[in-house]
Amino acid sequence: MTTAADGDTASDAPAPARSGGSSARRRLGTAPEVLFPTRGQYVDVVSALRDEGFETCSDLCAVDYLTHPGRTLPDGVAPERFEVVVNLLSLSQVRRVRVRVQVPAEDAVVATLFDLYPGTEAMEREAYDLFGIVFTGHPDMTRILLPEDWEGHPLRKDYGVGRVPVQFKGAPGPR
Amino acid sequence: MGLEDLQHNFLTGRLEDLVKWARTYSMWPATFGLACCAIEMMSVGAADFDVARFGMEVFRASPRQADLMIVAGRVSQKMAPVLRQVYDQMMEPKWVLSMGVCASSGGMFNNYAIVQGVDQIVPVDVYAPGCPPTPETLMHAILTLHEKVRTDDITRRRGLDLGDRPDTTGLASDQGGDTDDAREQDVDPTTGWTPDRPDAVHLGTPKRNPIIARSVGEPL
Amino acid sequence: MTDSDPTTGAGPHPDADLPDPVSGERYDDPSAVGTATGLVVETSEGAQELFPRTQTSPDELRREAGAVLRLPEGVVVDPSDIDVEQTDDETMIINMGPQHPSTHGVLRLMIELDGETVLRTKPVIGYLHTGMEKTAEELTYVQGSTNVTRMDYLSPLHNELVLSLAVEALLGIEMPPRSDWIRMLLVELNRVSSHLMWMATNGMDHASTSMMIYGFREREMVLAFFEKTTGLRMNHNFIRPGGTAADLPDGWEDDVTVICDTILPRLDEYDELLTGQPVFRQRSEGVGNLSAEEALALSLTGPLLRSTGVPWDLRRTMPYLRYDEVEFDVIVGTFGDNFDRYSIRLNEIRESIRIIRQIVEKMPAGDYRVQDKKVTPPPRGRIDESMEALIHHFKVFTEGFRVPEGEVYVATESPRGELGCYLVSDGSPKPYRMHIRGPSFVNLQALPLMMRGGLLADAVVVTSSVDPVMGEVDR
Repeated sequence: MTTAADGDTASDAPAPARSGGSSARRRLGTAPEVLFPTRGQYVDVVSALRDEGFETCSDLCAVDYLTHPGRTLPDGVAPERFEVVVNLLSLSQVRRVRVRVQVPAEDAVVATLFDLYPGTEAMEREAYDLFGIVFTGHPDMTRILLPEDWEGHPLRKDYGVGRVPVQFKGAPGPR
Repeated sequence: MGLEDLQHNFLTGRLEDLVKWARTYSMWPATFGLACCAIEMMSVGAADFDVARFGMEVFRASPRQADLMIVAGRVSQKMAPVLRQVYDQMMEPKWVLSMGVCASSGGMFNNYAIVQGVDQIVPVDVYAPGCPPTPETLMHAILTLHEKVRTDDITRRRGLDLGDRPDTTGLASDQGGDTDDAREQDVDPTTGWTPDRPDAVHLGTPKRNPIIARSVGEPL
Repeated sequence: MTDSDPTTGAGPHPDADLPDPVSGERYDDPSAVGTATGLVVETSEGAQELFPRTQTSPDELRREAGAVLRLPEGVVVDPSDIDVEQTDDETMIINMGPQHPSTHGVLRLMIELDGETVLRTKPVIGYLHTGMEKTAEELTYVQGSTNVTRMDYLSPLHNELVLSLAVEALLGIEMPPRSDWIRMLLVELNRVSSHLMWMATNGMDHASTSMMIYGFREREMVLAFFEKTTGLRMNHNFIRPGGTAADLPDGWEDDVTVICDTILPRLDEYDELLTGQPVFRQRSEGVGNLSAEEALALSLTGPLLRSTGVPWDLRRTMPYLRYDEVEFDVIVGTFGDNFDRYSIRLNEIRESIRIIRQIVEKMPAGDYRVQDKKVTPPPRGRIDESMEALIHHFKVFTEGFRVPEGEVYVATESPRGELGCYLVSDGSPKPYRMHIRGPSFVNLQALPLMMRGGLLADAVVVTSSVDPVMGEVDR
């Protein structure tokens, strides 16, 4: 497991002014510590964080990095197609922490956080519905937002938006 | 003794006008508020824009008791069968007002999740554009519908008069629906899009397109 | 008449492999389609629904009674509280929604009843799923506000604000003070209008139609101000990355002061109408109870969390914009019941008006958007004069501005709770992944717990007290 400061790294865009920005971000709580456990360490890491004082899980979501494989990760973290991102919040210490787990495409299975944080039930169902990542141990691993007989997982990058051509048939391209 | 001999207490008119007048001024909407447009619909029902002066403040929750279905908001693929079911449960005469651009054409959400226009599912009488339409726009749409009801033929069945538009509602004509040849002319060569299979363009098409298939063959 | 029925010609019924959850029958017969029974099957959502007791394991039944919540040591769920032996004959599963008169949108509640008592509840959502997170990947950051603003449609400016804050955090730009204060003004006015709307619909759910009319009357004043400032009554697309779309109109101080002066005494009237009224008190006190441990375990935020006694308000604890420069109180409840949540929201309107008055006094002069040519478009007048301005305008509105690679999670306090935005950028002008943490999506998980043991009539008011907005639940 490796840690990193907030993953806001350089890119080719013109570097904007930073000084005021970073203090504003600290005020917002948007520059938290980010942890990168492996799938095996995931539940233990989150459990340790819970014991440390992170009483609630703000958000759990998934990201599909199919078309952006060259993202910046700390050394020792092997990038996979999917990432499950968990944002935890500590009310007593007034801080946030982020946990990012790499999930491979061919074996998109991760342990559930339901036993630690029951509030992740709906969030994990949404990640399953839209990305196809299965959370083992989840009490109700069914789709939540889409109809039950839907095929495919829409937020994956290889699933099209489903735009219907309007007015000019064959008019291509983005808006 | 004929009517001409009676001096007072009688108004005469056509039965048709009476029926149309009654239908217009006590048209009760069914609650079908889905999204943001529902809030504007509630504003229309509230005090500032008062739709009670048109006899319509009674939003009947039960479709059996409602005349007008105002589809207010975006219709998702999961909601579409429900919409059709509620429409089917309404008693004749019934009208549909498609409120907002999402109900009329899919609006700004041209994607896998939203039905591109509620007229793919139910026959629509009036479309009210806007995102959301202001209460004034909605009232104008309601008054347009009233005008249509008051001046149209009372026995005219909606959907019979489609011109050359393909029928996706299954309610038109005695031939039991559309014919395949009318559809074929409208095929997009690059994407395979046709008016009755608007989902042909995207990957992972939902397995069912229940509304179009199931509405045909149902008794009117 | 030709046999052109595509249903019989197209093979087996698409739902044929799903058993009817109540009777277990299989609708394999295509001729059943089109009849009343066929219609019943069409709206079935299969595994997403609530199953009767015979099809539910005892573990699952215990879970739905809250046995797996992280209760503190020594607190156990009484096993005799859960009747795993109760047969199907004695309970009934009914369906509320997705089309129902309670004005909370397209929420479907499957409720298992024993007489009038609610045993288990399962909210089935997704009836307003719009694919907004997918659409966001196709829109530039300038266009992004139009998309997110329609998520929580009762407080659209909050959605726009959280997206703009996320983008600005990634850009690392410093916002001019006036832009922060303008945003704060609009967002607090939006909180007022959202809570007024809540009071209207909540009153309606408690059968007070007059409260519905009163709430909308006040709300119209705020919406009229929004129309004057942003151009629209709802879904404004006004708070954009870099600032706001335009400055406040002249005379805004007078308009806002009139709004505050009118609403405040009327709130006292509503206080009298509802708070003192015995029927309202009886229907809301002790109904929908939550404890702080349950609330934190379920990740609840907003008035739900505060009603249990936890004084957590992001405006106070993790301030954004200029909330650390204005004085306001955080309203906290004690019992975690409906009445506490009603009082919290009523008093939050008062606190918001207090904040708005301070904003009117403290509003600084200056730019309403950051003067960074790469981010905000130039003023329209400049386009005629300068080629460079024209090019910047063109680039910002067609291609969009680029945001450095990175990720950020920003959270604000919306009227419903913690509204968060997790944004991943890959350096292009469009977000790589935009996820909005909708507070109502998470808060709905509390419904089964709050409704258990109550009456069916309470189910309506409990749902109303959670204040869900289905746009942000389903996104």
